[in-house]
Amino acid sequence: MSSLSVAKIQEDFPILKREVNGKRLVYLDSASSSQTPTSVLDAMNNCYQNTYANVHRGVYTIAEETTSAFEGARLAISRFIGASSPSEVVFTRNATEAVNLVAQTWGRTNLKPGDAIVLTQMEHHANIVPWQMLAAELDLELRWIPITPDYQLDLTNLESLLSGAKLLAFSSMSNVLGTINDVPALVAAAHNAGALALVDACQSVPNLPTNVVTDNSDFMVFSAHKMLGPSGVGALWARAELLEAMPPFLGGGEMIRDVTLEGFTTNEIPWKFEAGTPAIVEVIGWGAAVDYLEKIGLAAVREHEAELTAYALDALADRFGKKLTIYGPLDIAHRGSAISFLFEDIHAHDISQVVDEEAVCVRAGHHCAKPLMRVLGVPATTRASFYIYNDTRDIDILVDALVRAEKFFGV
Amino acid sequence: MSGLEDLYREIILDHYRAPRNRGTLSVPPAHQVEGFNPLCGDEVVLYLDISDGAITDITTAGQGCSISQASTSMMSNAVKGKSVEESRKIIRAFKALMSVHESHLQGAENGPTEGPVPDDVRLGDLEALQGVVKFPVRIKCATLAWNTLIQGLDETSGGS
Ligand SMILES: Cc1ncc(COP(=O)(O)O)c(C=O)c1O
Repeated sequence: MSSLSVAKIQEDFPILKREVNGKRLVYLDSASSSQTPTSVLDAMNNCYQNTYANVHRGVYTIAEETTSAFEGARLAISRFIGASSPSEVVFTRNATEAVNLVAQTWGRTNLKPGDAIVLTQMEHHANIVPWQMLAAELDLELRWIPITPDYQLDLTNLESLLSGAKLLAFSSMSNVLGTINDVPALVAAAHNAGALALVDACQSVPNLPTNVVTDNSDFMVFSAHKMLGPSGVGALWARAELLEAMPPFLGGGEMIRDVTLEGFTTNEIPWKFEAGTPAIVEVIGWGAAVDYLEKIGLAAVREHEAELTAYALDALADRFGKKLTIYGPLDIAHRGSAISFLFEDIHAHDISQVVDEEAVCVRAGHHCAKPLMRVLGVPATTRASFYIYNDTRDIDILVDALVRAEKFFGV
Repeated sequence: MSGLEDLYREIILDHYRAPRNRGTLSVPPAHQVEGFNPLCGDEVVLYLDISDGAITDITTAGQGCSISQASTSMMSNAVKGKSVEESRKIIRAFKALMSVHESHLQGAENGPTEGPVPDDVRLGDLEALQGVVKFPVRIKCATLAWNTLIQGLDETSGGS
């Protein structure tokens, strides 16, 4: 067993005491959004109750306290991802906004009609639609890395796909398949072709040790709410020289150095990209989430999840055999904890409805990856995903609930 | 599992397992119309033969959850052979059965068929779908086929 003390961790998450339909909540949808530990709630509460004021504006005591907590969180988050400086971490509303920021600032200034962007068929809509919007505006070409029958990226034609391209944008871990992509290798391939690399790290930053320096990528996006933090805040990490060269995104307060009736000059990075009052309290909460994860250690998080995932894959195969199809790699070394599956004859929605009766929360649908679902040839899957507060008991309950669903629909 | 048994009545499961009026009709003369639930990917395709102001034949295709597919099957049974006018009455009555929650969730969905709820329509088996209103996110599944039928009737403007 892994070194995590799950029982102790569960104590830190008030929502896990909740019951649904008279049964203990079994939360298996952390790939969508994770639950929040007391330390994060306390950090946010403490800010509102004791220090709250706007950031970067007042000289009075509590304004300075809040500002330093806010910037302290930025520092903690930047260290968590191995960034060389906190000025490389730009706060956004979420990862989606971070991708849009790159598309609208770096993209608009560096891309011209006919330029190509390479994406993969396993992307979340957040890493597709902003590029489609930009492609329509600038007349760009979008190229797609296909996937293999065992749910990996098919890199056979990578070189020709990247040839002449300006950007490779890909996810480090698929939110549907669980597939872990080789970030340093893909980044190196992009750089060899003269392209920059953007990593959608929404699923990997919460679950795998991350280091942007050894990854050597150019942009990375991620969200607080998938890593024990609150909703409403995410970040773009980018190399400082890229951020320096990029024009601002939104205009307003905070992002300026000076404003006259004639025009404005921009603030230093990262504030140049943070127009308006930010999600102050949420950022502070995110900092506490990072502290919590660091105390556990990402290696232990990964080990725990790998164990649970292996246990779940075995349990599903044992119990349901060929009646249940898993969409994703079976090799634990190449996958995270998101397990997408389908029963031969039961729709994903019906599954999740029946298991909800057992207080089991799983996701049903296209998981914001419709192009991938088309490639897989399925309209929807059911997805279970695990995090630090889950244990094998949760998986047993899931399997039992699936047995009930199977009986119910008589397959 | 009383809540569930309310949602998944035996008659619903029966229509799901053995959907009625499955198939296609040649287009033209039949009219083809598709409905899509972008949230969950449920898809309904209807083929309508409309002549002399009546739905002389209807077949269905598509895929989706038990609720959307059972509702499609039951709807096709309910309107097959009925006049367009009678069918619109059944649609109104069915949507009234579902409507409180649907309009609450999505903002009023006033289509051209919106109007006084007929009290002389017997929904029969269709009433089994009433359990869906307790599960607000599934109402869209139940109404998909019906909204698609409305669209088909509107496109053929009452039949020719
Ligand atoms: C792989 C991946 N990319 C992007 C996103 C979008 O994240 P957010 O909704 O926080 O912007 C998600 C979240 O669902 C995701 O899983």
